[in-house]
Amino acid sequence: MTSFTDSLMGLLPFLSELPGGVVSLIFIVVVIFLGLVVFLFMAANALVAVYMERKVSAFMQDRLGPMEVGFWGFRGGKRFWGGIAQTLADALKLVVKEDIIPEKADKPLFIIGPFILFIAAFCAFIGIPIGYGMAISDFNIGIFYVIAISSVGVIGIIVAGWASNNKWSLYGAMRAAAQIISYEVPVGLSLLLVVMVVGSLSFYDIVAWQEHHRWFLAHSPFALLGFLIFFTAGVAEANRTPFDLPEAESELVAGHMTEYSGFRWAIFFLSEYANMAVVSLMTVIVFLGGWLSPVGSLLRLFGVAEGWYFLEGPIWGVFWISAKAIFLIFMMMWFRWTWPRLRVDQLMNTAWKFLLPVALLNIFFIGIWELIFA
Amino acid sequence: MTTFDQAQLKNFGVVEAEEMTIHMGPQHPSTHGVLRLKIRTDGEIVSHIEPHIGYLHRCFEKHCENLTYEQVIPYTDRCDYLASMNNNHIYALAVEKLMGIEIPERVEYIRVIMAELQRIASHLMAVGAHGLDAGGITPITYTFRDRERILDLFEYTCGARLLYNYIWIGGVSHDLPPNFVQYAREFLDYFEPKITEYNRLLTYNKIFIERTADIGVLTPEVAINYGGSGPVLRGSGIQWDLRRNDAYSIYDRFDFEIPIGRGEMGTVGDSWDRYFVRVREMEESVKIIRQALEQLPKEGDVHAAVPKKIRPPEGSIYFRGENPRGELGYYIISDGSPKPYRLKMRSPAFVNLSLISEIATGWMIADMIAILGSLDIVLGEIDR
Repeated sequence: MTSFTDSLMGLLPFLSELPGGVVSLIFIVVVIFLGLVVFLFMAANALVAVYMERKVSAFMQDRLGPMEVGFWGFRGGKRFWGGIAQTLADALKLVVKEDIIPEKADKPLFIIGPFILFIAAFCAFIGIPIGYGMAISDFNIGIFYVIAISSVGVIGIIVAGWASNNKWSLYGAMRAAAQIISYEVPVGLSLLLVVMVVGSLSFYDIVAWQEHHRWFLAHSPFALLGFLIFFTAGVAEANRTPFDLPEAESELVAGHMTEYSGFRWAIFFLSEYANMAVVSLMTVIVFLGGWLSPVGSLLRLFGVAEGWYFLEGPIWGVFWISAKAIFLIFMMMWFRWTWPRLRVDQLMNTAWKFLLPVALLNIFFIGIWELIFA
Repeated sequence: MTTFDQAQLKNFGVVEAEEMTIHMGPQHPSTHGVLRLKIRTDGEIVSHIEPHIGYLHRCFEKHCENLTYEQVIPYTDRCDYLASMNNNHIYALAVEKLMGIEIPERVEYIRVIMAELQRIASHLMAVGAHGLDAGGITPITYTFRDRERILDLFEYTCGARLLYNYIWIGGVSHDLPPNFVQYAREFLDYFEPKITEYNRLLTYNKIFIERTADIGVLTPEVAINYGGSGPVLRGSGIQWDLRRNDAYSIYDRFDFEIPIGRGEMGTVGDSWDRYFVRVREMEESVKIIRQALEQLPKEGDVHAAVPKKIRPPEGSIYFRGENPRGELGYYIISDGSPKPYRLKMRSPAFVNLSLISEIATGWMIADMIAILGSLDIVLGEIDR
């Protein structure tokens, strides 16, 4: 019972008496249902995150942000929730918008481009648990799976950029390809730290290790450094400022999304925010104790007896992991609304000349640390 | 950056790369209006830049030949729409000099106060837009917040927020409204600490320095040869400010410095220097306004004794003054009629824009945008 799929299948005790074909059919239905749940989660994530982004940016820029579109009691005025339905209205507008495909575009590629990106983000969610036994599917190589599948998304960006037949899109796509492939390396290397210490690629094992020891962030100075590298590279993977070169507005108009509008553009948007969520959730699970309660983890370090004040359990777990992930998403927004953008070569230098050597040394040092202290 | 010999590569049969021509603009987020840049790129590196202008051309100079001297003023507003007051001011001074009109003391002070407030507003726009070009979206909202307060002061004075038509030949359209001096002082007290805020947010930001220092270096020789002026010229380390060098109007009565680029973060004359000259000029303008508010005569007429119909004597004049973007000059030929026989405007942004192909060639696309931002162009004035 280590995943939602298992749990749902376990609800049907008569399963073993049915013929194999029917069982497979039920399995497919369950999987489709869970897929829908993930899709809805992604959509809700995008809705909330976009609203959050707009409000965060507004407050950082001395503005109010969306204040008009609300419903019933949540409407207008100078209240915080003034524009609570803004993103819903925007989504609706995008869905009903005219579908424009440029005449000179490569039609089939233009159409599938955004969906490749979307599928990558979607599949990444399948491997990520939000509590013990709360993943769509349980992989014992979870980290590897998520890293691998989320880098497939870059193909979508390249396809979209190429098929648009627009020079800005092409630039955006080429930059995205270079950037995402480069930053994969530090991401992978800083995850190796965890794998070395914990000895497993499974998210459950990593969180269990953190429960018994301490959050990986606090494991050693090198782990802290690893966290910083991972999060920096993660921001780059999610194409966020200061690494948002693929869609650099002041240079490339909108990069690979220049020619897209309406629903396809919405899919790009959805995937972008989904990627942010994936990066944040990964960071939280690997370095920040996942669904462990900060209160409980701290008290346990001081040898306090367990009790209700540990705020632990499945529901608290979902709360904690969401809270931590939202905090990291807020950090990304904070970066975006504060900093200028790097240049292409500076971006590459950061990855290859700084993050990569540091990450490699980090692996070496954490090995020594383990030898001495473990 | 290594450039490979294309023919050599083709011989190896490995790579067949060619340059790509891109038309940047007139619809592009960071061309500061309707500029079109035809650029040839080798990968990310820009190998050739050709600015195409004229999308906003509206025959200003020819149009003026059919307008009386007073009627020209609203059109000068529309040339450099970010520095309308300065345009009014310099045009009015030119015509007044041509006619030999004596201007009341109070008018001179009001004009200088307005011109310097406008200079701050224009530089705020330039600083924010430069940040935007470098990819930082937030600085411009901060600078706009403060620019807004200057526009409020202008609105309080003459009712308009962008195109004022305030400085007339022989005077100004309205006297200062009640308590203007107090409000202006309040603004200055509010504004001065804000400059530190911009510096913390953008000027000394590591990424911003990486993006602008040592980029697009404009040597003093090139700047002079092209006829660059204003912050672009001063950024290259040349102390040339018409407020000091020509001391027109009453600028000789104020104590202010002329900031020049010193290459603090890189080479003298890089984008950062041009940017920082503007930031420091805002401080100097604050100084000038404070002194002017101090010395402003309490009473006095705001209109000189100007004949009802303005008919300058036959002759010609070239009058130049310091616009936020540099040397703005008006060459006026009068044939004794109420309309100018010929009016030529020397626009600083036009000259500064011509520098782009000189200093941005060989840099990356992103750098070119940042360099363009550091030149602070206004297309309304370039195209006229």
